Amino acid sequence: MNTHIIKSLFFVLLFSIYGSVVQAASDATDEIAKYREMISDGNPADFDEMRGENLWKKPSGPKKVSMQKCDLGKGSGIVKGAYAELPKFFPDTDRVQDLESRLVSCMTTLQGIPEKEITTKPFGGDNYKPDIESYVAYVVGQSKGVKMNVSLNHPKEKEAYEIGKRIFFYRAGPYDFACATCHTQDKIRIRMQDLPNFNKAKDSQAAYVSWPAYRVSQGLFRSFQWRLNDCFRQQRFPEPQYVSELTIDLAMFMARNANDAIYAGPGLKR
Amino acid sequence: MINLERRKALKTGSGLGMLAILSAMGLIQPGVSLANYEKNAFDAKSMSETLEALGVHALEDNSSIRLTVPEIAENGAVVPITVSSLIEHTEQIFVLVEKNPNVLAASFTFPEGTESFVTTRVKMRETSLVIALIKAKGKFYRTAKEVKVTAGGCGG
Amino acid sequence: MGNPMRIRAAVQDGITEVKILMQHEMETGLRKDAEGTLVPAWNITELKAVHNGKTVLEGHFGTAVSKNPYLVFRFKGGVSGDKITVSWIDNKGDTRSDEVAIS
Repeated sequence: MNTHIIKSLFFVLLFSIYGSVVQAASDATDEIAKYREMISDGNPADFDEMRGENLWKKPSGPKKVSMQKCDLGKGSGIVKGAYAELPKFFPDTDRVQDLESRLVSCMTTLQGIPEKEITTKPFGGDNYKPDIESYVAYVVGQSKGVKMNVSLNHPKEKEAYEIGKRIFFYRAGPYDFACATCHTQDKIRIRMQDLPNFNKAKDSQAAYVSWPAYRVSQGLFRSFQWRLNDCFRQQRFPEPQYVSELTIDLAMFMARNANDAIYAGPGLKR
Repeated sequence: MINLERRKALKTGSGLGMLAILSAMGLIQPGVSLANYEKNAFDAKSMSETLEALGVHALEDNSSIRLTVPEIAENGAVVPITVSSLIEHTEQIFVLVEKNPNVLAASFTFPEGTESFVTTRVKMRETSLVIALIKAKGKFYRTAKEVKVTAGGCGG
Repeated sequence: MGNPMRIRAAVQDGITEVKILMQHEMETGLRKDAEGTLVPAWNITELKAVHNGKTVLEGHFGTAVSKNPYLVFRFKGGVSGDKITVSWIDNKGDTRSDEVAIS
């Protein structure tokens, strides 16, 4: 009798603790959402866009040519709305390219800059801002408000998507991790960060259209290649090469899954 | 629209007679136009030293000051803060973070015609009280709120 | 010379709202670099906004203002097309001044 009462009490207590923990977690999520809303105006990525726009028009490289003739998929010189259709198949290079690999093509062919010079140190750091990163900020900013429209019509686009999907679910590395390990369930968090569930269209869209982004904790603008690279690093995978086929295919999988969402980058992240 | 503004911002910096403008504004010599008492306040470490440097001897809590801060800041490097004061003749707003190495973060002076309202962003070393201090007709008033600072995670 | 600011100013119902985003490292002087040496403090110390020759806001910053400082304030008056000039100076004596028209 007594033990029964004690047991019941124990469970009542247990459930109330559980309830309050769940409540606290959802309050914290709400408060963080409010925090994000409060900092959403005044995105320092604006400065990277400005820098990128100026660089875009400036003749540079051994050939002293600007990037203005760069074909990002909508024709030579068209930047507006181009990012919302990338990655895509490019006949001149006979392969699927994401924004950054396409920029590398333009910088090498138009401007004559050796590929290695661009791809060896493509991500910014303290007192270091690679041109390609600023180009990214400018180009993606020119698709703000444009509906994501990534095509799978070309067989190579379809292939890239399928390989990207395989990579997303591919478990490897010392922790036997895949992207999917953390990103295919609801309400999964790393510390205070809610992780998007890429099995859901809504999450896939919200995540994709808010990258590239200014990272507050690093005080730097970060490109999509950086984002993917960092995901691999966190999974303890070997870090992929910049603009390698693997990264483009994964980007294709993610971009296509964000179709019909309105592109909203550059974003602002914690 | 955005691009136009950007271009303007780019052009004006070099186009204006910068030195002339700055000297006319009294901004040309660093530190010189900064009142001494305030310089000391920015260098002060503790709350009591800071208030002392600002000449605050009596301080009352006042509900006519609105301080908007997040309850939780995902990142201590950027904590958004909005202060508005309904106290008549508000001349200055000071933003203080109790547990920062230097308590005083920023101060704003409002000439006649400017609303006693300001939004800015500050760094916070750890969870702390954020204090909005108002100076009106030589008297000081305050209101405070706690902001929890999380270390932030990886990913996102 | 400092890097350009981004200034937006819009008038509504007789109140002009000004939003300023500055480019500045705002080093606290407490951070160590990769070699373990202290990075010296480097911050904007003063800021001033002027409308039609009249000062509409003065600000003083310590090192605790965030990197790339952001500021919003409001003043009465100001009509579309009026110019607003914002200037800052930092503790190294570097300066920046930008102008924008009220929309």
